[in-house]
Amino acid sequence: MSLLDVIGLSKRYGPQIALEGVDLTVPARSRTAIVGPSGSGKTTLLRIIAGFDAPDAGRVTLNGQVLADGPLIAPAHLRGIGYVPQDGALFPHLSVAENIGFGIDARDPERDQRVNELMEMVELDRAMLRRRPHELSGGQQQRVALARALARRPALMLLDEPFSALDTGLREAVRKSVMRVLSQAGITAIMVTHDQAEALSFADQVAVLRGGRLMQVGAPGVLYWQPKDRETALFLGDATMLEAQLGEGFVDCALGRIPAETGARRGPGEIMLRPEQISLSPAATGPQETAACHGEVEEVEFGGALCAITVGVGFEEARIRVLVRSPGRDLPLPGARVRLSVHGGAHILER
Amino acid sequence: MTLQAQPLRAYPVLATQPLPLRRVRQLAAKSLFGLAALVSLVTLLPLGFILWITLQTGWETASALIFRARVGELLVNTALLEVLTLPPCIVLAVALAWLTERSDVPGARFWSWLAVAPLAIPAFVQSYAWIGVAPGMHGLFAAVFVSVLAYLPFLYLPVAAQLRRLDPAMEDAAASLGLDPWRVFLRVVLPQLRIALCGGSLLIGLHLLAEYGLYAMIRFDTFTTAIVDQFQSSYNGPAANMLAGVLVLSCLGLLGLEVLIRGDARYARVGSGAPRPASRRRLGRARGVSMLLPLALSGLALGVPAYALGRWLIAGGSEIWQARELASAFGETLLYAAGGALATTLVAIPMAWLSVRAPGRLQRVLEGCHYYVGALPGVVVALALVTITVRIALPLYQTVATVLLAYGLMFLPRALVGLRAGIAQVPVELERAAIALGRRPAGAIFSVTMRLAAPGVAACMALVAMGVTTELTATLMLAPNGTRTLATEFWALTNELDYAAAAPYAALMIALSLPLTALLHAQSRRVAGQ
Repeated sequence: MSLLDVIGLSKRYGPQIALEGVDLTVPARSRTAIVGPSGSGKTTLLRIIAGFDAPDAGRVTLNGQVLADGPLIAPAHLRGIGYVPQDGALFPHLSVAENIGFGIDARDPERDQRVNELMEMVELDRAMLRRRPHELSGGQQQRVALARALARRPALMLLDEPFSALDTGLREAVRKSVMRVLSQAGITAIMVTHDQAEALSFADQVAVLRGGRLMQVGAPGVLYWQPKDRETALFLGDATMLEAQLGEGFVDCALGRIPAETGARRGPGEIMLRPEQISLSPAATGPQETAACHGEVEEVEFGGALCAITVGVGFEEARIRVLVRSPGRDLPLPGARVRLSVHGGAHILER
Repeated sequence: MTLQAQPLRAYPVLATQPLPLRRVRQLAAKSLFGLAALVSLVTLLPLGFILWITLQTGWETASALIFRARVGELLVNTALLEVLTLPPCIVLAVALAWLTERSDVPGARFWSWLAVAPLAIPAFVQSYAWIGVAPGMHGLFAAVFVSVLAYLPFLYLPVAAQLRRLDPAMEDAAASLGLDPWRVFLRVVLPQLRIALCGGSLLIGLHLLAEYGLYAMIRFDTFTTAIVDQFQSSYNGPAANMLAGVLVLSCLGLLGLEVLIRGDARYARVGSGAPRPASRRRLGRARGVSMLLPLALSGLALGVPAYALGRWLIAGGSEIWQARELASAFGETLLYAAGGALATTLVAIPMAWLSVRAPGRLQRVLEGCHYYVGALPGVVVALALVTITVRIALPLYQTVATVLLAYGLMFLPRALVGLRAGIAQVPVELERAAIALGRRPAGAIFSVTMRLAAPGVAACMALVAMGVTTELTATLMLAPNGTRTLATEFWALTNELDYAAAAPYAALMIALSLPLTALLHAQSRRVAGQ
């Protein structure tokens, strides 16, 4: 059952199109990530859902209640939607306890108890209650911002690039903590981010925005392995794109004949292979080996657990470069001849 | 390939040299510290003078001069002036700043400039204009009314700058927590304007204590008018000095009160990165009506002086444009403004440098001395310098050097703030990079630091010059006989009730201050990132 429905949402800032005909359904108790490059319209979409901006056209409903119908909107403070901005936007003149309790009625006798519960929920020590925001680390500030937004038990939580200001190590820990808290509280969440890895690991539904249009919506695995087009494929991770002849359950490409998903299309097309799909082994010398599945290592980028290896296949103008990800032990040296094996089927991209 | 150990002498070794750079730096730092300490010592002169005079006068005479009905009356007047002027200033400044910075009021940028423009009109010219329009304007309420119009920009500027800097994400977060726009303003926006409100109120409060011309013209007695009157009429040293002592205590009390109200809470935005610019709130049907406030304030603070001045200029005809006298006063004012700006900037350089490049505990104490003197009314500084020069340095009495020293003391904080900001914009790494590229330390300072800091230095000199152009009290008390600046000439003519003849001097003062006010406005927008 859907909690939030966005139908045909459009927004312009002068001549600039921010959103154009966006449709999005967010199921209850799910986590949705809206991902896209800078200027793709993801923050505008979030702000319209929150009620901070009005759309030019389209409709937003929450639990069947209309929040926005074209430029007519329900004010943000009446929507009951939680919001965690980038950097947390904690009130610098208030203590941690006052920040968390900000949205709770001051006369509520259970206010202090609720603040304590929320501190526990976001795993913050009660000793921090009297501290001011600037006395907290970045991760602690984000946890306080989450607790503050949870205080009013919102039906929907909006997170606007909440981890972007954190260090890489801290980012993962805070993300996991936020995911746990949201699941525990049974709150539906929408997160906006430009970090595809963060989107894929956070959400159970990912929406890709580009140029104000929603390009694709689906489960993280589906989007990663079956992107609609080249841009979405490359935005969500490294990939090798190859020209191919499409057949029934197979494709013929520079790497030879490899299995592919069954599709209606035949003839020339484009396929995508993720680096994880290709493995390398030392090339056997002999006349039985075809040039198609062999290549020469051009570049090795050591990255610890996984390394990126660029392999050149073919000669001169027909030479293509294939990206392979391999564990960081016994790596081939640049110039070495290697054999490439493809695991799983190739994905056929739309043109 | 195997590496073989090489004898050390096989490698070229740089000849051992003393560390000229380090020594030069240490020497420079010590010299600057010495100079800054000397300036700090001079800043203590007015306060030291008050203490010295009190001790010399003796407790009996001092208490007789302090605890009398006249002092009580002046205290009540001053307190009433502060209490009645500050609240309307705060309300009007916040409302005006919100309209120009956060709403879609038509012509917001234009109104924002007009809100600052009254700074170009000296306070005593404001009262001159109002008396010209309404001759019956006298007493407390007239003083409050004109003070609000004259000093409102001192609150508007910091409040508008703070509103521009506020992170709108905090307001969004508060709205998502169920607060309607009015409560968001009261609970989130207003508390964060506290520092701006405290700073602006303090500035106005100190001006109310120090202003002479405005209240003398409107016939409202304050400590400053009483001190100047006693000094001019009877040169009653002890009585004027004791009043100055109470005035200094009032200033220190105001400073303490501001510290108390401001508190130690932090109001800076938490987090990294730049905040998103705030969107302007749509006023809808109230858009037209909302223009009434900036329109009314501009009309009262700019329109009335312009009308009054225009009327006197027309009434006076061509006779009042005495080219020779005007040119002479204009030239003398320019000379004093340039000299004062140069002298003040020069004496501020050591502390500005130390506060950016060598901050420390002693440096902060010395810096405090540089700031406190700016809070002292011009009349106290002038009285101290008169008494000191008369008693121990008679050749300096009523000389240009003493006037420049007074300007230096009065406008030191203005110069220091600007200079410090200018130097802080040039990180020491740039100087080091220039030295690494072969420049000598002094060459690096001149070719990198001074060059990059030059615009900031020029701006702060302009601000000091603006202060000197419209300064009246200290100039009246300290300037050599025959000195004729625009302000003193204007004052002399209005004292003779020749308002028409005074008009060209007022017009010239405004014309001189207007470009500097524009610079101040542009600078405040730049500082706030616009």
